[in-house]
Amino acid sequence: MSDDSAKKRTRLKERITGVLKYAILTIALILILTPIVIIVFGGLKTRGEFMTIPYIPPIPPRLQNILRILSMQDFWYMMRNSLVVTISATVGIVVVSSMSAFVFSRMNFKGKAVLFQFFTLGLMFPATVAILPIFIIVRQIGLQNNLIGVILVLTTFQISMSTVILRNFFMNIPSELQDAACIDGCNTIGFFWRILIPLARPSLAAVAALAVVNTWNDLLVALVLIDNEKLWTLQLGTMQFQGQYGQDLSLVSAFLILAAIPAVVFYIFAQRHIVSGLTAGSIKG
Amino acid sequence: MGPAEDFIGMGNFLKIFADKVFLKAVGNSFIIVALSLAIQLPLAMVLALMVGRKIRGRGFYRTVFFMPYVLSEAITAVMFRILYNPEASRGFINAVFQALGLETQAWLGNTKLVLFSIFMVLTWKYIGFHMLLYITGLQNIPRDIEEAALIDGVTKRQMITHITLPLVMGTVRTSVYLSVLGSLQVFAIVWIMTKGGPVNASEILSTYMYRFSFVRFQLGYGAAIAIMMLIIALIFSIIYRGFMRRTEYIA
Repeated sequence: MSDDSAKKRTRLKERITGVLKYAILTIALILILTPIVIIVFGGLKTRGEFMTIPYIPPIPPRLQNILRILSMQDFWYMMRNSLVVTISATVGIVVVSSMSAFVFSRMNFKGKAVLFQFFTLGLMFPATVAILPIFIIVRQIGLQNNLIGVILVLTTFQISMSTVILRNFFMNIPSELQDAACIDGCNTIGFFWRILIPLARPSLAAVAALAVVNTWNDLLVALVLIDNEKLWTLQLGTMQFQGQYGQDLSLVSAFLILAAIPAVVFYIFAQRHIVSGLTAGSIKG
Repeated sequence: MGPAEDFIGMGNFLKIFADKVFLKAVGNSFIIVALSLAIQLPLAMVLALMVGRKIRGRGFYRTVFFMPYVLSEAITAVMFRILYNPEASRGFINAVFQALGLETQAWLGNTKLVLFSIFMVLTWKYIGFHMLLYITGLQNIPRDIEEAALIDGVTKRQMITHITLPLVMGTVRTSVYLSVLGSLQVFAIVWIMTKGGPVNASEILSTYMYRFSFVRFQLGYGAAIAIMMLIIALIFSIIYRGFMRRTEYIA
């Protein structure tokens, strides 16, 4: 009897914790999603509707704010600049850090340990702290107001993390593989290109996905280095747009929708790579 | 040239410790660090414990919780400037307050509230990232340890406090480290939402450094603030490394 009632009690308890769990998850879900949903609602309304009925779903959706932004030439400049910066920096990061990770994982030379320590110092040196010397150096070499300046800085600041991630991966590849390749007449560069790089494809994808997210989202470096409106990145443009059109909140919301689309689309397609890059970077770095 | 430069440098550092706003910025930065550790990380752990398990739709939950991380800080900041609008007819958060019969607030205009309002945005954006770290940590726990414990008749709560949490301590340490360094570097969200205002109520190290370096163009003083930021980060890293070494011995 008592055994039976105890069983019943635990079953009841389990059911309660189950309900509680879903209740908490649902609340968290609502808290995370509501801000996004409200902004999307706002961006799909006319200015007048936003003033009178700001929070109900936009039925029918009004595309006039969206179309107005799409017809702004500046918006397309920002999109292009952000794409140029992100693609160039990502290529730079992947190329440089795969080579440096190769050197640190596969070659022996004097001072390697010290040099690697020096590399990992970069992990502790965030761009925020170093932004002043960066500004001075970039101005001195004449790359202020030039996207190349932004690309070089963003590339440099992510080489440390990417090198650490890739080095860890390269070290897990058995050295027998290299020995075998050497016997078959493959030199070091051949081993790097034909064996290591194809094997490392998943971690290269992770490093690249992380690089895309970090460079695309940069505000500070572009803010400090770029004055010329034609060279604004999307993040810089987002900040300036709300300063300029701050009174028309439906238009600003529409801008936010459009500015967020590239990142959200990238997230949907590259979620796995972003996640593995982040966890590899944080847990091993 | 050399000695004179040194003298000015020292002057900036003497000035910095007498600068009330600088000290306020340090304090605010520390408040954000403390709130992140005390509120954001435990919440992230709760979510990870729930979503990391076998439940229906966990992929969906994870995708949603992590989504704010991929939105840029600029977009997040502008979004919440709209949502925090002091008028209930324009700002959603005040509309909710009004609907619940509570007083509406000037979230970003009230010197007492502003830092908390910013912290809420930071939590919204970064909780998913820490949740993800914890989920990875939880997945790395060998299954058989938990199974053995279950056979030994351990209750669910005992399992979490005595087995699961101690085994994810490594991940927790990592996330504490990243959270502290990240909180010390926050810039875009604060700069866009408040520019450190009103009356320096949300001034943090990075906004103060930016203001002196790039708005007032007092590069020397800006550099002195940047060096202080670096020193704080370094001190924390050294403490963290020491702590890591000690706990590794115990483990």
